Amino acid sequence: MARLTLDALRTILVACAGEDDSADLSGDILDTTFEDLGYDSLALMESAARIEREFGITLDDDDVNEALTPRLLLDLVNGSEAQAA
Amino acid sequence: MSTPSHTPDRDRPVVVTGLGVAAPGGIGTERFWKALLTGENAIGELSRFDASRYPSRLAGQIDDFEASDHLPGRLLPQTDVSTRYALAAADWALADAGVGPEAGFEDYDLGVVTSTAQGGFDFTHREFHKLWNQGPEYVSVYESFAWFYAVNTGQISIRNSMRGPSAALVGEQAGGLDAIGHARRTIRRGTRLVLSGGVDSALDPWGYASQLAGGLVSTVADPERAYLPFDADASGHVPGEGGAVLIVEDADSARERGAERIYGEIAGYAATFDPAPGSGRPPALGRAAELALAQAGLTPGDIDVVFADGAGVPELDRAEAEALGRLFGPYGVPVTAPKALTGRLCAGGGPADLAAALLALRDQVIPATGRTARVPDAYRLDLVTGQPREAALSTALVLARGRHGFNSAVVLTTHRP
Repeated sequence: MARLTLDALRTILVACAGEDDSADLSGDILDTTFEDLGYDSLALMESAARIEREFGITLDDDDVNEALTPRLLLDLVNGSEAQAA
Repeated sequence: MSTPSHTPDRDRPVVVTGLGVAAPGGIGTERFWKALLTGENAIGELSRFDASRYPSRLAGQIDDFEASDHLPGRLLPQTDVSTRYALAAADWALADAGVGPEAGFEDYDLGVVTSTAQGGFDFTHREFHKLWNQGPEYVSVYESFAWFYAVNTGQISIRNSMRGPSAALVGEQAGGLDAIGHARRTIRRGTRLVLSGGVDSALDPWGYASQLAGGLVSTVADPERAYLPFDADASGHVPGEGGAVLIVEDADSARERGAERIYGEIAGYAATFDPAPGSGRPPALGRAAELALAQAGLTPGDIDVVFADGAGVPELDRAEAEALGRLFGPYGVPVTAPKALTGRLCAGGGPADLAAALLALRDQVIPATGRTARVPDAYRLDLVTGQPREAALSTALVLARGRHGFNSAVVLTTHRP
């Protein structure tokens, strides 16, 4: 199964929680916090639910809450994916 | 709980300094007002879904609202259509009142009190569709609040950093006036400014069906004949969507900050409940009007115009006409119900009527009651029909009834410093 990429994560974030005019998603955002990108905990919950459905994995809510940046969330998802395979 | 930002004062004059309207026939206050004065009928065939097999197919729809033109993208996935209207109307009202970051308010100076009767029907309809067809894992986390009666108050509060006393009231059509009454009470308890009003929308299949189930929706197919308050041919009402937001302020505080305009004063407010069916006691709408007048220190002879509830259901129209007749005498005051052009807006209807009444005071003209033409003589009403009527206006009484027995009344006056 394909790994979740940063581009795919961008798409999911915008689809689930919209795009903030004041935050730019197009640059190198790997280590920018979701809060700085304008996404709150509900936006992450919504995005995580979609990732779970699309990738057939289960993510722990506490783990998602602790993934403060796209890099950490990608590591979490792609690590979980390895376990699901 | 915040401490009052001003000293509580039960007699403090409370004024309206900003209006924002999202209603069928007009996005924005002036477009709404022009549509009422020109008699533009916004009632038409429902276009949101296929209603061809429904007993009624008409609604007052807002057709020219593109949410992305008015709201940031991050708010779109989490909001029902009714909340989007409320947020946009709130922005317009605040701008109209000149309330922004530079106005000098602290967050706790600003409260929010709104009414909704229907909650987020459209949003919920979509999420329930996912629930039944795909499973619970597909239901949006935002459903947890998008449906909720307090969501408009909450979203407006968050977006505008308004952290003073806030509330949400539910009283069907009367709820919108109750919100304004509570905003006035909140100002008198010491909050400098309260954003208040009501907005509703339930024009998805589920929301529309629930309104039909109430039995008061007209089944007449002709948009020109379906909603005729106080007409001999009245057959029920047509559902509409939208409403209005009013910026309500302490009059002294408004002057201190240099408010550009004061539309009028909220001089009196009262609410009553009807007695239980079968009790033999009369409906209490007239009592609400009397109490609001008394609170304003006015007599019926002081009132220049009444914006009626105008249910469009014969027995309800008769009851309202009788209440007005007892209070004002036969043909004693001009009466109008311009909501006949927009449909009945539920919690948005009272605030939209307040906006119309304040604009009537400003422009000294009473908008007409849509397509109503033949008022039974027995009603003894001086109903404004056909064309707007120019009049010397300094006071208005606005009435609203909510199904199951809510009655609310607000008295507006021109503000004299």
